[in-house]
Amino acid sequence: MQWEVVIGLETHVQLQTNTKIFCGASTAFGAEPNTQADAVSIALPGVLPVLNREAVQCAIRFGLAIDAEIGRRSVFARKNYFYPDLPKGYQISQFELPVVGKGKITIQLGDVEKVINITRAHLEEDAGKSLHGDFHGATGIDLNRAGTPLLEIVTEPDMRSAAEAVAYAKKLHELVQWIGICDGNMQEGSFRCDVNVSVRPKGSDKLGTRREIKNLNSFRFMQQAIEYETRWQIETLEDGGTIQQATVLFNPDTGETRAMRSKEEANDYRYFPDPDLLPLVISEADIEAVKAKMPELPEAMKARFEQQYALPAYDATAITASRGVADYFVAAVAAFGGEAKLVANWVMGSVAAKLNEEGKAIADSPVSAEQLAGLLKRIADNTISGKMAKEVFEAMWSGEGDADTIIEKRGLKQVSDSGAIEAIVDEVLAANAAMVAEYKAGKEKAFNGIVGQCMKASKGKANPAQVNEILKKKLAG
Amino acid sequence: MSLTIDDVKRIAHLARIEVTEADAHATLEKLGGILGLIEQMQAVDTTGIEPMSHSQDVTQRLRDDVVTEINQRELFQSIAPAVENGLYLVPKVIE
Amino acid sequence: MINASLKELATALGAKQISSVELTQLFLDRINRLNPEINAYITLDADRSLAQAAAADALIAQGKAGPLTGIPFAQKDIFCAQGWRTTCGSKMLENFVAPYDAHIISQFDNAGAVNLGKTNMDEFAMGSSNETSYFGKVQNPWDRARVPGGSSGGSAAAVAARLAPAATGTDTGGSIRQPASLCGLSGLKPTYGVCSRYGMIAFASSLDQAGPMAKSAEDLALMMNVMAGFDTRDSTSLQRDTEDYTRDLNQPLKGLRIGLPREYFADGLDAGVAKVVLDAIEQYRKLGAETVEVSLPNTQLSIPVYYVLAPAEASSNLSRYDGVRYGHRAAEYTDLMDMYCKTRAEGFGAEVKRRIMVGTYVLSAGYYDAYYLKAQQLRRLIAQDFEQAFKQCDVIMGPAAPGTAFKTGEKTNDPVAMYLEDLYTIAVNLAGLPGMSVPAGFSNGLPVGLQIIGNYFSEARMLNIGHQYQQVTDWHKQMPQGIE
Repeated sequence: MQWEVVIGLETHVQLQTNTKIFCGASTAFGAEPNTQADAVSIALPGVLPVLNREAVQCAIRFGLAIDAEIGRRSVFARKNYFYPDLPKGYQISQFELPVVGKGKITIQLGDVEKVINITRAHLEEDAGKSLHGDFHGATGIDLNRAGTPLLEIVTEPDMRSAAEAVAYAKKLHELVQWIGICDGNMQEGSFRCDVNVSVRPKGSDKLGTRREIKNLNSFRFMQQAIEYETRWQIETLEDGGTIQQATVLFNPDTGETRAMRSKEEANDYRYFPDPDLLPLVISEADIEAVKAKMPELPEAMKARFEQQYALPAYDATAITASRGVADYFVAAVAAFGGEAKLVANWVMGSVAAKLNEEGKAIADSPVSAEQLAGLLKRIADNTISGKMAKEVFEAMWSGEGDADTIIEKRGLKQVSDSGAIEAIVDEVLAANAAMVAEYKAGKEKAFNGIVGQCMKASKGKANPAQVNEILKKKLAG
Repeated sequence: MSLTIDDVKRIAHLARIEVTEADAHATLEKLGGILGLIEQMQAVDTTGIEPMSHSQDVTQRLRDDVVTEINQRELFQSIAPAVENGLYLVPKVIE
Repeated sequence: MINASLKELATALGAKQISSVELTQLFLDRINRLNPEINAYITLDADRSLAQAAAADALIAQGKAGPLTGIPFAQKDIFCAQGWRTTCGSKMLENFVAPYDAHIISQFDNAGAVNLGKTNMDEFAMGSSNETSYFGKVQNPWDRARVPGGSSGGSAAAVAARLAPAATGTDTGGSIRQPASLCGLSGLKPTYGVCSRYGMIAFASSLDQAGPMAKSAEDLALMMNVMAGFDTRDSTSLQRDTEDYTRDLNQPLKGLRIGLPREYFADGLDAGVAKVVLDAIEQYRKLGAETVEVSLPNTQLSIPVYYVLAPAEASSNLSRYDGVRYGHRAAEYTDLMDMYCKTRAEGFGAEVKRRIMVGTYVLSAGYYDAYYLKAQQLRRLIAQDFEQAFKQCDVIMGPAAPGTAFKTGEKTNDPVAMYLEDLYTIAVNLAGLPGMSVPAGFSNGLPVGLQIIGNYFSEARMLNIGHQYQQVTDWHKQMPQGIE
């Protein structure tokens, strides 16, 4: 039988605020245990929640970015369950009326675009952390993270492969950083995905029973986990078994998923509106205020780049794939002042390759946008050839200074003096009579050989375009 | 609808309250009385009536995103049942 | 001194007839003598109280005294007070020393008042007789074999026995007004949102409201000036201009329209209580008021609605007592689940467990719509009843409780009978309205309270109505026997 996998994602995005969602305790990462767990965070008797304005604005910003309906009146509800890292015995979340309604995110797989529908996004508080270290068989609870604002973004079950799911997750990851609501740090847990996976016979329109893979914090693990889970579900069904709805964890060491032992009993969260909080009402003016501070979104920026800089669609897409790259590009174009396409080539080419090789983000690039522009200026004014530029770029990357310094130090100036080039050409033609004869006999390839000899004779410094031109003239004569 | 002894045990478990067999029977009787009282509500037709969560029709006030809290771990943990290295200790949690 | 009004005490302190330390010591001595039997207080800390009194004396000496500076007040043990054990009447919090101050406590501190001690109460404010307290029953000073009412029974008994000049209470379904009625005191539950709930241990968040309990309406007004006010830490605290609650005390009552809900004088009301209440209303007519019959048709439904909403909120509010960060933890357990279940089984008393279970049940999957949602819809109907009634009248009057103080143990085995104690008070909480009880006389030697229900934010007017009555009657000055 042919099977189809159906995937939906729930992503917990930690919002970039100074304080928690319902109290004035800091959200800074990495503090000593429980030093950021104030009276509200540890749920002392009598304490009450007060909503953080910034968290609400982050949610609105996200809603606007995915073209969603902003909930004009949303309600906070209590999700009741007992867990040691949940100090109140309930999590404040949104249930019936979320702050962000239906929206969409477009993903790109190769040349194919696909729209992933967002069901909703709602504000909620994070739980603390359970540490299973060496506490005489006990578990230690750190509540510093308890109450950190999260935006939970839920998709429709629209994805049909691990690749689509990862493409969506990456796109979302980029978007939340682009609009400045999340630092995107997956190691620190700022962006965590729960993936719902089910399989069904191809062509069926009924959903299979799903299992939820919890807390994936890397795209590679997500890919592996979905692939493993899909295979496992198909094999189970083909062996005549059935799938039980379950929450599973992915073990990166074995590459397998396994059902969780706890939290497994039938959950009955007893949601009800939190009486300590009032309805959150968002006015047109609130939305307009957020809109006014919204950065240009990737799609709009892409269209603008095609227009303003005459970039091909492919380049514009690549440049706007991340806010960091786009910012870098814009800064380099401004500092360069020349042809934007050349900047795009370098950003997508050498810069991207080096970053990728070293696993660095563009913000950490050793070659700044201004420095890159300095290099491109020397290409544009024919001081150096493209090949020399590669060498200069490598040197800049390893911190030897800016382009002009390196060109000077290494004596890399290209020879563009036509008299000097003519002299070299004449010398080469005289020394390679055989090749000249071959060329004249119609062997076009011999021409390249002669160019090569000229470049060699000039120690690579001759302007290749000029060499070509002079050589052609002489050979024709 | 009447409550059963299994219902009582299920509710007690959801509420994380240990009940002995004898407790459960006594509780069943008392809860039965209370739920009987509550059942009176069903006599009224409430179709179309907006539920009321708060007595005042006011909306949520928002707080500025400014850190106001200082570290009071020592004070707060002085009243905790079990702590070590700044962590609250609980029996081992199995995931 | 023990019968003095707050105004008289302030005058005596200002005139240096007595110091705050002496006044505080006077009440501490009375407490030492009488509290072992009456059991109005759970926690006393004479050193702390006297230190506050000394600080108040310094303020008075510097001429910086406000109307309540140096006066000792009993605080219901539901308010967190830093450094004070705060139990909420529960074994769960038997050793809980609050690490912070409730807003109400800070307000009294800022006013230079003295915290005299923490008063007994029904466990987590769940009860109408103060019999569910882990720290023992409280005697009604008017008849030691009877209950003081609840849940603010300790505060009521303390003021009635003159173990404090006045006290704070909280009222979720009648917990200020009913004990005030049963102990012959004046007690006010303000409009929901007028007093901050920050630091007040939650029972049912959408209904809980703090308020003053004292001998007279005038005392209540002075306390309201300290207790009321906006607090950013409570999202349900209302942002309003500061009020002087004493401003209307001396207004005449001529032309006042009093609504008498026929449902409040129907079956279930004790005849002796009815007579006292009707006499009081007659007195108001003499003061120039007119009466009009009104109807609150959904009164009977307020009890089932309340016993869905309050337990539902409570079941969730009390989930934080899990033995992890503070409070009781079972001594022995096998694993985490066992720790939770034993801790909560041991830490909570029977009534609290019952309400947690009712609340858990009505919120559980499949029952939410039939119970919780339905109750919220009926809550609106109940609020609308009042809205209609207030088109015809300025205030509503009736009994605060269906009877006088009942015998200890009389209703403990029948939760439903106990719940009916709150028949006339609960609807006020559901609607979020202010309600007050003032002493109106006696039936068989036991005090009876007249309930005055006002429209939203009409506390100053209600206090005026209570005060004018107290200018022509002396029920509020009566004192129980045997407390000299």
